[in-house]
Amino acid sequence: MKIEGKRLIWNDYQKEIAEDNYFYVRSCVRQNFFPGAEKTFLRYMKEMGKDVFENPSHTTCSGIGYHSDIVPFETAMTMVARQFALMTEAGYRNFVTSCITSFGLYSETLETWHHFPEIEEKIRGHLKNATGREFVKPENLAHASDVTFKLRKEISEAGKYRLVNHVTGAPIRVVEHIGCHYSRMFPSKGVGGAEYPYVLVGMIEEWGGEVIDYPERRHCCGFGFRQYLVKANRGYSISASKKKFDSMKPYKPELILTNCPGCPMFLDRWQYAISEMEGTTYGEGGQGIPVVTYEELAGLILGYDPWDLGLQVHQVPVEPLLDKIGIPYDPEKKFLDKDGNSMGQPKSPTHLKFY
Amino acid sequence: MGALYEKLRQDIRFVEGLTACLNCGTCTAICPAAEFYNYQPRKLVDILQTRDDEKIEELLKSDTIWYCGECMSCVTRCPRNNAPGLLITALRSLSQEMGYFVESEKGRQQLAIKRTVGHWILEYGYCLYPSQITPENHPEQGPVWEWEFQNIEKVMDRLGANYKKAGPGVLRAIPQEDLDEIKKIFDETGATSRFEKIESFSKQKAEEMGMQLDDSLQNDYIRHIYTAVNKNHTTET
Repeated sequence: MKIEGKRLIWNDYQKEIAEDNYFYVRSCVRQNFFPGAEKTFLRYMKEMGKDVFENPSHTTCSGIGYHSDIVPFETAMTMVARQFALMTEAGYRNFVTSCITSFGLYSETLETWHHFPEIEEKIRGHLKNATGREFVKPENLAHASDVTFKLRKEISEAGKYRLVNHVTGAPIRVVEHIGCHYSRMFPSKGVGGAEYPYVLVGMIEEWGGEVIDYPERRHCCGFGFRQYLVKANRGYSISASKKKFDSMKPYKPELILTNCPGCPMFLDRWQYAISEMEGTTYGEGGQGIPVVTYEELAGLILGYDPWDLGLQVHQVPVEPLLDKIGIPYDPEKKFLDKDGNSMGQPKSPTHLKFY
Repeated sequence: MGALYEKLRQDIRFVEGLTACLNCGTCTAICPAAEFYNYQPRKLVDILQTRDDEKIEELLKSDTIWYCGECMSCVTRCPRNNAPGLLITALRSLSQEMGYFVESEKGRQQLAIKRTVGHWILEYGYCLYPSQITPENHPEQGPVWEWEFQNIEKVMDRLGANYKKAGPGVLRAIPQEDLDEIKKIFDETGATSRFEKIESFSKQKAEEMGMQLDDSLQNDYIRHIYTAVNKNHTTET
């Protein structure tokens, strides 16, 4: 990748990320599909001595309902206001969210209030009427990938592994995929802006990998909210992912890294679905391209057990990546429960190589 | 300037999303929906800036406004600071307020989303919930999800979740008093009213189409809107 020009762009999009004392809110999609990722984020934050607080009373921000248009904007803003109220009540000022759809909604809400203070007042009234709560706006709003980006050097220094092929010494070739609502609407809210976001690139570079530039790098994964939620529309969703896979394949990626909770699910599952529909696989020798979240990758770098990270619930096996980096794992333990008992194991796909 | 255009102007997202479009087509060129569906955000914006109520009503009753995935790629790229993706959110809101959404195949799907995501938000406090993501409705999730679904409590436990339990953590049980607050917010801010409109207009439409619709997810109308795809949405290439 030619990065000289991009570095100039990145200089224009420096984002302030709080040092410590975060009020954490979870992601609906990540909790359902990558529960180990959030656990991992909290684990390395604790190990780095950071204070991250979670109030069990926080709920969905309603963002998926908002972007599938069943939830009105005023409702979504009031749901956001309630999360801010929980932060205020807990004595925190730095708000960090696991979800990109939420991050976009928080950004949209704060921008709307900034430009239209009368709307903020209206929403304050709604929240007070409905819940009796009041709030102070966050001093700092960050996505959890921003916070991980900020800690990338510390993670590297504490790490046991590098994003390097342990046999050849070659850097692992990584495709980074940024969730659309990270910075498309408000480029200044994301590290590096919207066209050349740096948030994942910074992690990949710091941890020893090579970033792949490819034509459809900025194309959406295809979630499209209603375009996935309704079965009849899923052709839209899989087509968008397929366009990306076909575009990245000639560049021989060994890993896809994501910051949005939805994108890794789609980029993982649609590889399976395409293999079943067409027999096409995108990795080497019938393998898929492993897809991981930034929390999972940070956990691997730090030497956490892959099955503690939850990599066994990915449809595209991650073992080829672990083998290349030289990360040990016990295949016998992949599908065991907490007490070491068997939970059976998933069926093998028809074409996609399974472990 | 017609009544529908005036209603759109009351939505801040419409005001912010429409300045003056020069019809360059950048939005269409980069739009994932335009690549898949017979859809051009450029055309949509052009219709809106005519301020012609007849054309706007036609739009509100059409499949066209339901093709967008709200990825907001158009917002980043428009050289004139228009936001077609935001205009879509305003159009969809008005289409549901007026009951026009039931006049198109894609619009009718709103009932299925309301009865799934909408219900889950109020019932569980999450937009998605694992026990509801059935392999039957989600074959694309593959055999690993099917295995996880069959062992969900053990898998969640293995991965350190707090599934259905009190206290913080992944998929914790959201306390009832917090779910009550969500319901009050929905009542206060228009979501409950929108849900009622989606239900009542859909019931009228189901009757008109001669299809059975009860309050469950297992009826002819829901099955139809969840799966029906006519051949006019996409262009063969």
